[in-house]
Amino acid sequence: MTASRRSWLRGLSAAAAAAFVSACDRIAGDPGVRTGLRSAERLNLGLHRRLFDRRTLAREYPEAAISADFRANGSTNPSDLDYRALAKGSFAAYRLVVDGLVDRPLSLDLAALRALPARSQVTRHDCVEGWSAIARWSGARLGPLLAQAGLKPEARYLVFHCFDTLDPEAGEQGRYYESIDLVDALHPQTLLAYEMNGAPLGIAHGAPVRLRVERQLGYKHAKYVRRIEVVADFSHISGGRGGYWEDRGYEWYAGI
Amino acid sequence: MRLAHVLIAAGVLLLLPSGLQIFNAHPTLYTGETSAREQAWLQIGSRERGESLTGYLRLGGREIETTGVLGWSGPVGEREKRAFPAWTTLPSYPSLATGRNWHLAAAWLLGLGLGVYLVVGLASGRLASVLAPTREMLRPRAVLADLIGHLTLRFPPAEQGYNLLQRLAYLAVVAVALPLMIVSGLAMSPAVHAAAPWTGDLFGGRQSARSAHFLGALALALFFLVHMAMLVLHQPLRRLRLMTFGPGKDRS
Repeated sequence: MTASRRSWLRGLSAAAAAAFVSACDRIAGDPGVRTGLRSAERLNLGLHRRLFDRRTLAREYPEAAISADFRANGSTNPSDLDYRALAKGSFAAYRLVVDGLVDRPLSLDLAALRALPARSQVTRHDCVEGWSAIARWSGARLGPLLAQAGLKPEARYLVFHCFDTLDPEAGEQGRYYESIDLVDALHPQTLLAYEMNGAPLGIAHGAPVRLRVERQLGYKHAKYVRRIEVVADFSHISGGRGGYWEDRGYEWYAGI
Repeated sequence: MRLAHVLIAAGVLLLLPSGLQIFNAHPTLYTGETSAREQAWLQIGSRERGESLTGYLRLGGREIETTGVLGWSGPVGEREKRAFPAWTTLPSYPSLATGRNWHLAAAWLLGLGLGVYLVVGLASGRLASVLAPTREMLRPRAVLADLIGHLTLRFPPAEQGYNLLQRLAYLAVVAVALPLMIVSGLAMSPAVHAAAPWTGDLFGGRQSARSAHFLGALALALFFLVHMAMLVLHQPLRRLRLMTFGPGKDRS
């Protein structure tokens, strides 16, 4: 085979490979295809809800298992002005708002939050990227807080609105938010955590209050929570898929 | 059984590249429950060396330069920092979300295919008759003959059923490797781990399970390459026809 024919063949096979890869990418990334793929997510959620006891606790570890180094992902120091002002005042002016489909909307400062039935647990945090770390989390149990607010019968989901804008270019849709259903909301380990490893929650980990929803991946554990909105449906909120990362293609049910 | 084979093959062929896409989101493997830095045993990355970037694979204490393939790859001038190169991942561009969508859906193909294969195979006795080595095959002389046959690329005729090495390889895949891939995959799920912590304990922690999942994928990729090489080396058209239509329609 001559050198020119060889290089010509090599060019042809490279072009064929590139065409194959771009065809794969077009199919793989097609929004319709991905919606179809996510029917596996509904299957997983249905199966997990049916097979597993809804109140099964995530494993709790001994104190000695706590990680020396706990990575912080997503926003680690929000630059949003209202948040900066609160942080400057050591969150004394912080109020957590609970509203939406509740009988008695609440507005709680940190002292009121600390007065609620609390729980402390050493659990493993699993990031969607693949890493894991263990920490002690202490905070108000979400169940008693919701009982205080009183859920209306049509309540189905809790939407956690956060202070941090993770993608400034996306405008209002760049603000972090998350949502969970009532099964996870009423789970005994689901907390509004205000302490990590025995100290007030640091800014990198979501000060003053973050969600702990053990049994799901890290992105569900919304940091910098400012408001809990109780809804029947979240399709009208931001991108409509129930969370910042969900709007960017990730599964709403992050139990896997 | 042929349908089960198709489901398993399709599942594995989608799971491997989407799995590499997911691996690329955090290209370090650890032992134990958490990803403590001192527990890392494999890492793929890139670093600046003088004016240029180099890709590396760190295994234990040793480091191998892998520029162009691992850590720093792509056409010269358009190189990207990524653990596994674009041509090995689904999709080729970095997208953990898309990789996960495909991986979690394809896992169902594998789960269903393997479930059907094992249940039907055990119930019909096919696994015992076709894949379990016969007593004759295990005689030292027969084992030696089979090994020599493979080493010299002279394979026994297909009419006699699968030979010893074939049976052992297939059994290792369907009875050991694929079930372990499913269990180690489930061990990484926080919801499954809460309900069945033994899935993680079996491997010695979540990060060990992740390591096992990666090594299992590597073993399956090697099996797939040898499986394809054997097909090409040995009566490829006849084998494809047998695989697709079964022995009933084989008239050659």
